[in-house]
Amino acid sequence: MECQECHQRSATVHLTQVVNGQKSEIHVCEKCAKEKGYMNYGEENFTLNDLLSGLFHSEGPSPLKGQSPQSYAQKPKLKCDNCGLTYDEFARIGKFGCGVCYETFDERLNPILRRVHSGNTKHDGKIPKREGGNLHLKKEMEEYKTNLRQLIEQEEFEEAAKVRDKIRSLEDQLHNGEDGDV
Amino acid sequence: MSLQQFMNEAISPWMKQEGPDSDIVLSSRIRLARNFSQHPFPIIASEETLSQVLEFIQEEFQNHSFRDYKNFELVQMKDLQPIEKRVLVEKHLISPHLAEKAEKSASLISQNEQVSIMINEEDHIRIQLYFPGFQLDQALEQASQLDDWLEEKVDYAFDEKRGYLTACPTNVGTGMRASVMMHLPALSMTSQINRMTPAINQLGLVVRGIYGEGSEALGSIFQISNQITLGKSEEDIVEDLHSVVKQLIDQERKAREALMSRSGIQLEDRIFRSYGVLTHSRIIESKEAARCLSDLRLGIDLGFIEHIPRTILNELMVLTQPGFLQQYAKETLSPDERDIRRASLIRERLQLENEE
Repeated sequence: MECQECHQRSATVHLTQVVNGQKSEIHVCEKCAKEKGYMNYGEENFTLNDLLSGLFHSEGPSPLKGQSPQSYAQKPKLKCDNCGLTYDEFARIGKFGCGVCYETFDERLNPILRRVHSGNTKHDGKIPKREGGNLHLKKEMEEYKTNLRQLIEQEEFEEAAKVRDKIRSLEDQLHNGEDGDV
Repeated sequence: MSLQQFMNEAISPWMKQEGPDSDIVLSSRIRLARNFSQHPFPIIASEETLSQVLEFIQEEFQNHSFRDYKNFELVQMKDLQPIEKRVLVEKHLISPHLAEKAEKSASLISQNEQVSIMINEEDHIRIQLYFPGFQLDQALEQASQLDDWLEEKVDYAFDEKRGYLTACPTNVGTGMRASVMMHLPALSMTSQINRMTPAINQLGLVVRGIYGEGSEALGSIFQISNQITLGKSEEDIVEDLHSVVKQLIDQERKAREALMSRSGIQLEDRIFRSYGVLTHSRIIESKEAARCLSDLRLGIDLGFIEHIPRTILNELMVLTQPGFLQQYAKETLSPDERDIRRASLIRERLQLENEE
């Protein structure tokens, strides 16, 4: 059966519509179904995100808790200033709208991230060169400090002194950098 | 010109080389998800934003080269026919998700097809880098350098606490998905892979069959990849994956030896039957083709069949997919026509090898 909209592809979506008691049948291809709004985005397959979004707990009133719609309406909705995505929308689609959403929804993210990433909530990987700013120095300094503690425990004071000097010079760099920014 | 190359060759230039452990590991891949800091992510971005992203990439990177990755070609989805998109999906140069998005999406593909950078997929930028065989460390190193090269021009969305910010919370942190494609016929014949999967999952890694629907692994080809992207460094994630893949290689080799010593003649029979089907059938479904190609590959690995190079099987695996068959035939084919076309293509290709 060919699609009744584009008359090119074969019809794979079959709908029966009843409007004011009038029954009509629609046979269209998936593309036209999406374009004409017969199908919502994401309806074609149940994705990981559908599963995930179930974990996000939307802000909507929960019938179980017997929360009245009024008390819910009074609460200001959490909404990202940059892209306009609300927390509810995020919970529904399971995706962030932009980088700023991460800050906007920050206080609610830890439980979600913990579930998805085996209990982890904090990044421990690569830092971009430009965007990362002086995070590189901070990370390098952390590594030196760990190294310094080990050296002191092992009583290798000569080596420890060298590492200490490196930490000092990094500290200078960090402070100068911050002054420079102001 | 380049688009024609991407379309006509079933296997990418990099696939023609054999990497380490290539009897079992087909390829290693690193994917990095990145976003522009100032723009909304593609899922909610306006047409205008998506255009800005695309134009920026075009301006800064079109026809540029980085080390071995020469002459990046921006292939825009709006310029492609459905069959052409399908071909790129079958070659793993774009994702099925990108192929579905008609407007403002593209892939920046290097001449050797080792790198494809998808633009406006789920994230603004997705860098993919392939290496033949088992070369995860090299892939990570190169991908990271490509990432630095892009970062010279692109302001990335990055946060000290959460790392690289991505549209989906499952990718945040490193934004990295490392994966290895493996041919595990002996482990799947003996159902051992099913018993190993839960243990692998516990390490935060996922085992999936590819070229198949659901859990079925068509042609005994499996993909092992990391699930977790947050709280571990890229190097640690790759190291975990590396050690599991190494285990799987050892187990597969042991399982092959065991099969050979316990039921060598049955195995030999199975392999030559499959070889017979491939060289003589007139109609073959993709499922049967995948199963027989897997047997033939095992036959080559075990030394039963000597005159066929292993790479031809990689080629046939891609060439016999629906999109490629139709591209090759230069017309749209019904499933029945495809099965006939597939059978003749395999016969021709294997015949070709016999003559040489």
